[in-house]
Amino acid sequence: MADTIQHNKRYEAGVIPYKKMGYWEPDYQPIDTDIIALFRITPQPGVDPEEAAAAVAGESSTATWTVVWTDRLTACEKYRAKAYRVDPVPGSEDQYFAFIAYDLQLFEPGSIANLTASIIGNVFGFKAVKALRLEDMRIPTAYMTTFKGPPTGIVVERERLDKFGRPLLGATTKPKLGLSGRNYGRVVYEALKGGLDFVKDDENINSQPFMHWRDRFLYVMEAVNKASAATGEVKGHYMNVTAATMEDMYERAEFAKDLGSSIVMIDLVIGYTAIQSMSNWARKNDMILHLHRAGHSTYTRQKMHGVSFRVISKWMRMAGVDHIHAGTVVGKLEGDPNQIAGFYDVLRQPYNEQNLEHGIFFDQDWAGLNKCMPVASGGIHAGQMHQLLHYLGEDCVLQFGGGTIGHPDGIQAGATANRVALEAMIMARNEGRDYLAEGPDILNKAAKDCKPLQHALDTWKDITFDYTSTDTPDFVPTATASA
Amino acid sequence: MSSAEDTTDRNKTEPLADDARVDLDAVFEESQIQEVFDQLDRDLVGLTPVKTRIREIAALLLVDHVRRQFDLASDTPTLHMCFTGNPGTGKTTVAERMAQILHKLEYVREGHLVSVTRDDLVGQYIGHTAPKTKEVIKRAMGGVLFIDEAYYLYRPENERDYGQESIEILLQVMENQRDDLVVILAGYKDRMDRFFESNPGFRSRIAHHVDFPDYDVGELCSISELMLAEQHYVFSDDAQMAFEDYIDRRMRQPYFANARSIRNALDRLRLRQAARLFKAGGAVTKKQLMTIEAEDVLASRVFGLPVESRSSD
Amino acid sequence: MRLTQGTFSFLPDLTDEQIKKQVKYCLDNGWAVNLEYTDDPHPRNTYWEMYGQPMFDLKDPAGLMMDLEEARKTFPNHYIRLTAFDSTHQWETPRLSFIVNRPPEEPGFQVTRQEWEGRKVRYTIHSYATDRPAGQRYQR
Repeated sequence: MADTIQHNKRYEAGVIPYKKMGYWEPDYQPIDTDIIALFRITPQPGVDPEEAAAAVAGESSTATWTVVWTDRLTACEKYRAKAYRVDPVPGSEDQYFAFIAYDLQLFEPGSIANLTASIIGNVFGFKAVKALRLEDMRIPTAYMTTFKGPPTGIVVERERLDKFGRPLLGATTKPKLGLSGRNYGRVVYEALKGGLDFVKDDENINSQPFMHWRDRFLYVMEAVNKASAATGEVKGHYMNVTAATMEDMYERAEFAKDLGSSIVMIDLVIGYTAIQSMSNWARKNDMILHLHRAGHSTYTRQKMHGVSFRVISKWMRMAGVDHIHAGTVVGKLEGDPNQIAGFYDVLRQPYNEQNLEHGIFFDQDWAGLNKCMPVASGGIHAGQMHQLLHYLGEDCVLQFGGGTIGHPDGIQAGATANRVALEAMIMARNEGRDYLAEGPDILNKAAKDCKPLQHALDTWKDITFDYTSTDTPDFVPTATASA
Repeated sequence: MSSAEDTTDRNKTEPLADDARVDLDAVFEESQIQEVFDQLDRDLVGLTPVKTRIREIAALLLVDHVRRQFDLASDTPTLHMCFTGNPGTGKTTVAERMAQILHKLEYVREGHLVSVTRDDLVGQYIGHTAPKTKEVIKRAMGGVLFIDEAYYLYRPENERDYGQESIEILLQVMENQRDDLVVILAGYKDRMDRFFESNPGFRSRIAHHVDFPDYDVGELCSISELMLAEQHYVFSDDAQMAFEDYIDRRMRQPYFANARSIRNALDRLRLRQAARLFKAGGAVTKKQLMTIEAEDVLASRVFGLPVESRSSD
Repeated sequence: MRLTQGTFSFLPDLTDEQIKKQVKYCLDNGWAVNLEYTDDPHPRNTYWEMYGQPMFDLKDPAGLMMDLEEARKTFPNHYIRLTAFDSTHQWETPRLSFIVNRPPEEPGFQVTRQEWEGRKVRYTIHSYATDRPAGQRYQR
């Protein structure tokens, strides 16, 4: 039962526990329009987990540290977030999953900034908790439909590119820094002509002394168009328009559009408001919007504290990006297969069903928002094609940066190796073969007709990144964490 | 891809050695054809000669299947069939089961039945027929194409009839794509015979002829009871006798269509029973709701007609 | 040049057996397959001519192969592609598309550049094949 202090005593000046202020309501049944947040709470030693959950609910909604009489000027019972359930995390001593429901009217429609200012605004520094992590959120349809979602989406992107039935292939131009515009365009041309669909600016390629953004855009578009003529395919390059101000970003994006680019790119570090602005711009201008998740690992990687990338994925699909880097499973960057499957589900499914194994705690209806294309980038190569297809599926971009540009026979050969490996694997999968088990065999057979693939397989055959993931789902098959 | 050579050969296995033994019972068991036979028995009363014929064809196909394992048969055998008989004698039902048998023995890849008549195959104007016929053939590929009253494709009285175009396309596919499609032609026996006389190309491509005899009174009675039981009705004893009399009289009327006529007659009986119960008014019992009485049967117009000799079709 | 549109263009041209398996995959997914042909494979030439309607109720690849054989006889010097359409909600778009016939010689494309203010260039990609009227392309 809730221990809420009733009526006149509740508003006497002084400090009372959050639990008694109405932020702990174990009998509360969340309604369809509630936003629900699931936090992993590690209370300070000696703090009751229910009190910690109530504190989080309070600090992320109406409360402050002391009683204020001005509460009584409002319908404060409605505005209080309600912690209604606290479960111990399976396999841990001091961590708890706390379910907190928020009334729809606490949030501004269509604003990720406002949503996050409440949910993760102050509360992560709160002394009563040793650590706090936002694991998942249930966004009600009533709130979801106030967001426009990805401006292009997977279906329309494929139609524009005229590419179906296989993952798209990309590469990030390397070295990350130092290439002149002219040299940079060379890499782009070689990779696209060799068989990739996209090349990409890296997250920190903006407008530096060695390469001004205008120069880069001009040379890159020469490369894109030449490669398109050489192959008959639609080709593209993600032009990174990330800049110091919105005005600069709009100027760069407009320039990319004028030159005929089909896609622009931004970094997560520009902030949620800037992302939503760029999404509006992309929607207005028929451009695909690529998002690099630069900076996310500062708060997504550690299991005890921060925000799960699953939540970032949700916010970004709502904010409206068409591409987002979401992990590779087999590459050089953090990624537990189940967690990543969960991120991909969040980005691509029309409806997420609760799936604890994938770390998805709530059913989530996407209310018709477009699907967002996940991008797998970082330390992957042609020899892993069967695993990539198995773990990541068909609707994603596979980015082979080093795996293209580092090919012993050159960039074109590297691109060709990737494309042949991919097409051979798709063909085998469609033929009903057990491509995951037969993967190496399928690749070796395909390499008989393709020297570049043979050389790629020889060069990187033993390269794997086998480290234990730090961010893994905590679930026991019997646990019911449904809201 | 480089694997062209192994993809084409993957389905072929080495022929068995000359002294190898194959257990026919086991092959039969494995094919699960018995299920199809059982279903046929459940679906259709009587029809013993037809069922015997189907079993014979199935045996032939099964043995052929085993012969192929010894490399004793190479080409796909001709499997096109002709089902003749009066309406309502179970041709479509048997064709569906035949498609299943062919599928279980791997003579067709999918085992579906596409049932069509002339209107589905022949167009109304020049250039319309070929696409229509091909469309039907494409849908039927991998299964069985059942052409009911196939002789309507041929209209000798009109030499520019588009049916001829459809016939030519069908013949070509029946000859060249025996792996892909089995065709069953169906209709009245005499008309089918005349059709074959004018279209010897068809006759020569038909491997199996199955004749569906008319049901006798006893079989039709059993069929009617089965049909009634499905809908939770029963005859009273008097009604039973009256209905036997009805069948005997109805069979002599024109347009008698065996099981189909019985189904229609039963529909009328249910109407009359309902009218009778409603007219009587008051409370009814479950038994009354289920029972067809003699008066429901005897109200039929056939009891007022002179008994004529049975018409030929 | 070799036109590399379509899902399998970097592999050797598919054999009929391989095409059948891909069609089977499409049909098993409940997709409708169709054939389209063109003599102008410009990357933005979306609407190739349809060789008949998409085949909605096909059960077996043999039906498509019959049409493909005809299409190849009729248009031996054209590009022919096979496209599979998915009608399920939130797809409603092609799910697989690949080339099943190519002209013996593929002339490719020219890039035309129009210089413009501030070093900008406007690019036009031009199919060499369209230098001749439709119907006379790829003839020798």
